[in-house]
Amino acid sequence: MVGILAIQGDVEAHARSLEQVGASWVRVRRGQDLEGLDALVLPGGESTTIAKGIDRVGLHEPLLAFARAGHPILGTCAGAVLLGREVENHPVRSLELLDARVVRNAYGTQVDSFSAMADGEMEGLRCVFIRAPQFRDPGPDVEVLAEVEGRPVLVRQANVLAASFHPELTADVRVHQMLIDSIN
Amino acid sequence: MTRENGNQGGESNGDARTTAEAFEIKVGLAEMLKGGVIMDVTRPDEAKIAEDAGAAAVMALERVPADIRRDGGVARMCSVEVIEGIQRSVSIPVMAKVRIGHFVEARVLESLGVDFIDESEVLTPADEEHHVAKHAFRSPFVCGARNLGEALRRIAEGAAMIRTKGEAGSGNIVEAVRHLRSVMGEIRSLAAASSEELPTRAKELGAPLDRVEQVASLGKLPVPNFAAGGIATPADAALCMSLGAEAVFVGSGIFKSADPAVRARAIVRATTHWDEAQEVLGASRGLGEAMEGIEMETLSEHERLANRGW
Repeated sequence: MVGILAIQGDVEAHARSLEQVGASWVRVRRGQDLEGLDALVLPGGESTTIAKGIDRVGLHEPLLAFARAGHPILGTCAGAVLLGREVENHPVRSLELLDARVVRNAYGTQVDSFSAMADGEMEGLRCVFIRAPQFRDPGPDVEVLAEVEGRPVLVRQANVLAASFHPELTADVRVHQMLIDSIN
Repeated sequence: MTRENGNQGGESNGDARTTAEAFEIKVGLAEMLKGGVIMDVTRPDEAKIAEDAGAAAVMALERVPADIRRDGGVARMCSVEVIEGIQRSVSIPVMAKVRIGHFVEARVLESLGVDFIDESEVLTPADEEHHVAKHAFRSPFVCGARNLGEALRRIAEGAAMIRTKGEAGSGNIVEAVRHLRSVMGEIRSLAAASSEELPTRAKELGAPLDRVEQVASLGKLPVPNFAAGGIATPADAALCMSLGAEAVFVGSGIFKSADPAVRARAIVRATTHWDEAQEVLGASRGLGEAMEGIEMETLSEHERLANRGW
């Protein structure tokens, strides 16, 4: 069973992708919702809104405990911002589970949003970037799985998977499959 | 690496995949706003209050709808300086309104890098017959609709998000409820229709057949469907979400209330937890006075903003 953090954002798009890889899912809004889950998705949305919501419902510590227990976590776009060691360009309180600086809205506003094909081991993956962040200075434990224009866009550190794009917005479900495959 | 952005302008080669991907990028931002509250703001400090309260986006405008209604006169696009000031003050998406059919105001907003353009009945229409041809812009558009036919006409023109018109600046939720119920009911009815009934339904709705067929097969609109117009309380927001809205716009309801910061936070909370009565209760405590409301019968037909556009 995969949880999707449901404070704000594109929860249903992730639900569709998870269903396509045969996974069942539930919404997570409180600490107790995490009990018994195998993996967690932090969806796209507005990272300020989601970060404030996490604090309001007291989810910060439960999310950290879930990560420390080794469960796989996928964060996309705003979800990836929430995973960063440090957040730049209007910082938000993050979980600091990914050893990289994450720069919000690094490509510009919506008129600069775009899609492009990934290079690297995920070749042929079409990545949709919506007011997307960028990962900078990834640490030695961070593995770069896909790049676009020479920048890392999909990275992994132990049980944490982060995409600066939106794999949930396209029919290519390889990233969600990767999350499911990493469940022990 | 070839990029595709939202541009589907006249210079495009008409490649179908390119057009579909460009539209996908516009709808993508609307997807990211789901479950959120988009708040009307008129100044950078209001935008900051909205962001701090957890707004998913702000809508920049010169006067909130309640003031437009009170003061009268021609309501136009917000001044460039106000929009720029708001863009500098927040990190969340900044939307702004253009008059119906005013594609040059839309070009100005696109050039400013505004994240979403609302072709809005709240402003005085610039064209009483034609809406903006929205596919030609890189910026995504949201448009108001009272029913499914109107929603599908706007989507065919390129709208990447639909919202109810409701009755802006009224503080009265009745019209938003009417429009939501109408759209959702018509969608359910299309989903149950047989394929040979769809051309007749398209004719009745005044909507393109391909869009009608799309709704019939999806069982929902092909773009996100938000509520707007008259939302004044946390319970109003939760009501719209319960009726099938995927996010809410709050116009005058926040900055015309006694304590905007408190009310803004409360409406965000009730929108996230719309299906949890205890949370909506918690959000409804200690709010102070809501904005004053207007009874619909006291508004003549020409005073109803929802009647603008077709």
